[in-house]
Amino acid sequence: MDKINSRRQVAAMKQSLFDQGYLDEQFIQLEELQDDANPNFVEEIVTLYYRDSSRLISNLDHTLERNPVDFNKLDTIMHQFKGSSSSIGAKKVKAECTLFMEYCRARNGEGCRRSFQQMKKEYATLRKKLETYFHLARQAGPVETAFRPK
Amino acid sequence: MDNGCFSSSPRHDAFPAGLRVLVVDDDLTWLRILEKMLKKCLYEVTTCCLATEALKKLRERKEAYDIVISDVNMPDMDGFKLLEQVGLEMDLPVIMMSVDGETSRVMKGVQHGACDYLLKPIRMKELRNIWQHVFRKRMHEARDFESHEGFDFEGIHLMRNGSDHSDDGNLFAVEETTSIKKRKDADNKHDDKEFGDHFPTKKARVVWSVDLHQKFVKAVNQIGFDKVGPKKILDLMNVPWLTRENVASHLQKYRLYLSRLQKENDQKSSSSGIKHSDSPSKDLGSFSFLNTANKQQNDIATDSFSYSDGTLLIQMDATSYEGDLKGIVSEPTTEKIRASTSEIPDPKVQKSSQKSLNKPFTSVESSEANHAVFDCTIPTEYSWSEFPKGPLKEEQKTPVQLEDSLCQLPLHGTQHHIQIDQSQSIASINSNPSITEEEVAAKLETKPLYAGYESDYVNPVSSIGSAVEAFPSQSKSLMVSDQSSEPTFTSNLSLKTQGFNLDCISDLDFYQRNLLLGGEVASAPLDEDLNFFLLQSECYNMNFGLQNIDMSEYYDPRLTAEVPSHFYDSADYSSVDQSLFIA
Repeated sequence: MDKINSRRQVAAMKQSLFDQGYLDEQFIQLEELQDDANPNFVEEIVTLYYRDSSRLISNLDHTLERNPVDFNKLDTIMHQFKGSSSSIGAKKVKAECTLFMEYCRARNGEGCRRSFQQMKKEYATLRKKLETYFHLARQAGPVETAFRPK
Repeated sequence: MDNGCFSSSPRHDAFPAGLRVLVVDDDLTWLRILEKMLKKCLYEVTTCCLATEALKKLRERKEAYDIVISDVNMPDMDGFKLLEQVGLEMDLPVIMMSVDGETSRVMKGVQHGACDYLLKPIRMKELRNIWQHVFRKRMHEARDFESHEGFDFEGIHLMRNGSDHSDDGNLFAVEETTSIKKRKDADNKHDDKEFGDHFPTKKARVVWSVDLHQKFVKAVNQIGFDKVGPKKILDLMNVPWLTRENVASHLQKYRLYLSRLQKENDQKSSSSGIKHSDSPSKDLGSFSFLNTANKQQNDIATDSFSYSDGTLLIQMDATSYEGDLKGIVSEPTTEKIRASTSEIPDPKVQKSSQKSLNKPFTSVESSEANHAVFDCTIPTEYSWSEFPKGPLKEEQKTPVQLEDSLCQLPLHGTQHHIQIDQSQSIASINSNPSITEEEVAAKLETKPLYAGYESDYVNPVSSIGSAVEAFPSQSKSLMVSDQSSEPTFTSNLSLKTQGFNLDCISDLDFYQRNLLLGGEVASAPLDEDLNFFLLQSECYNMNFGLQNIDMSEYYDPRLTAEVPSHFYDSADYSSVDQSLFIA
């Protein structure tokens, strides 16, 4: 009974993550890749993502603090960050990256900073939610197949 | 790739399982995801997070990969640059990927030669079909090869010293081409399972003989390399049967060859020191090069240009044999040969002697190889891991057998046959008697190909003199095979025969003796001869880059019905073929 409830919770949470636009199709792809050979594949990938993204965010921070702002460098780093975010399907984060890069191209320092702050917020939110999600998922036990949210 | 894997590799599963993919991406998350996705597609994956590392891997074992997937933005090297390098050096299909899908970027990718551009996030279904790029490339190479070969009879003219056959051959070749093309089209319609069947193996190929190539180069120089264009060249060359397309693809190869030369000169000043001049007098140069190369033995990986590109194809199982073949094949031209080389039964099989042999050619040939490489790769892939083996085995027994194995290749028309025979006989001579088990497998396959060689072969061979005599039995064996011989063979022969003449004869004899004795080509004197022999062929290669081209034809996918499993092994085959054609 408990397991069933747990699983329902996991499913519900996943559904909400999708509904609210935090995650996209890519996340499902990752779940589909999970198999006996790699039973924790999704978590592994997400962990790799956290590592990469933390480093990139800190890079961005440093670059933004400099004066004058090196927009090309910002663009490059953000491009990497966007690519990384696309790997787990971090939809909102990705959208913010795109916005940031537009500001970069427009050489709009203020716009960049604002966008960066927003992106960091989205990133933090997603990270928290995913942690909760994985925690629930672990409790619920392995699910046979990845199921798609409606 | 090790030959031993052959039987246990996933390739034996349904095609395209076992496709060897090299993934390059600085994003570790994506690298992991792609690796998993590709593994799910049953592909063999190698990952790299640095472009420089990827290039190193590729250079080490050109034949170890079938396709490269690379991200556009990387810290150590621009993805486009990597793309160019891989295309030039190894002639592997490269797929670019990026989170940025802007048209200008995609355009840049296409311009730099990417065969596809994927947008991140990448779906697994997109990766599932990447094998098509490998297949397509091979097909084009085979076609290119074919269009280049098949005809050339200038070489044959020289060879035959005015024998009647040359005229006939020419006619034949022309007809052959057309009929082959028709046949090919018809064939292509029916096949849908094995790759081998799909490949345009039956096309007649234009053989860029020494003469023809010289005309070509003369025309190019006259026009001015910068202003050159296929139409202009064609007009200047004034060769009636040559088409604009033939010239266009030859020009492309020539260009690549030159740029490769450029690179090689920069890179290999120490080893080769050979200037790839157009004149046959390169012998000296090549020879020295060969010697140098010899020293490098066992160094397959060393020269990115040489082995990986195409000459590797020669890597037939026979150790020494492989070496020779490779060298001759002039693998350096990354492209096509590369494919074949990968197929080649493990480099490990090769003996040092082989390597040395290969090396010389590779560098020399690299430029030349461009041409050949293109062609070779295609064929090898499909087949055939066995292919190379076959001939090798044959060699042990007698030169004749070698030819049998070569017979696998479909023969086209008599002209082709002749050519093939010659090359085959030569190959047999050169090939190392020490054939490994792998070769055995190939052996079985080669038989059918040589049918066509017989009669035609005899004539040209005789013109060669004693060398010819060495082959009589071989020719006969060739006769047994059926007619669908590969045009490629013929072309090689013509090229080769031209060059070798008497020289070949003595070399051949020498080799033959050695082979029969089971001596490895590696033996010092043999090596020298071989080198010299190769040199001969190499000269041609260098001059014309044609030999390589010819060789590539061998790889006709048609050759092996078992393409699926051999798909990735074709390199082996090609190398074998090439080596055969060393002569």
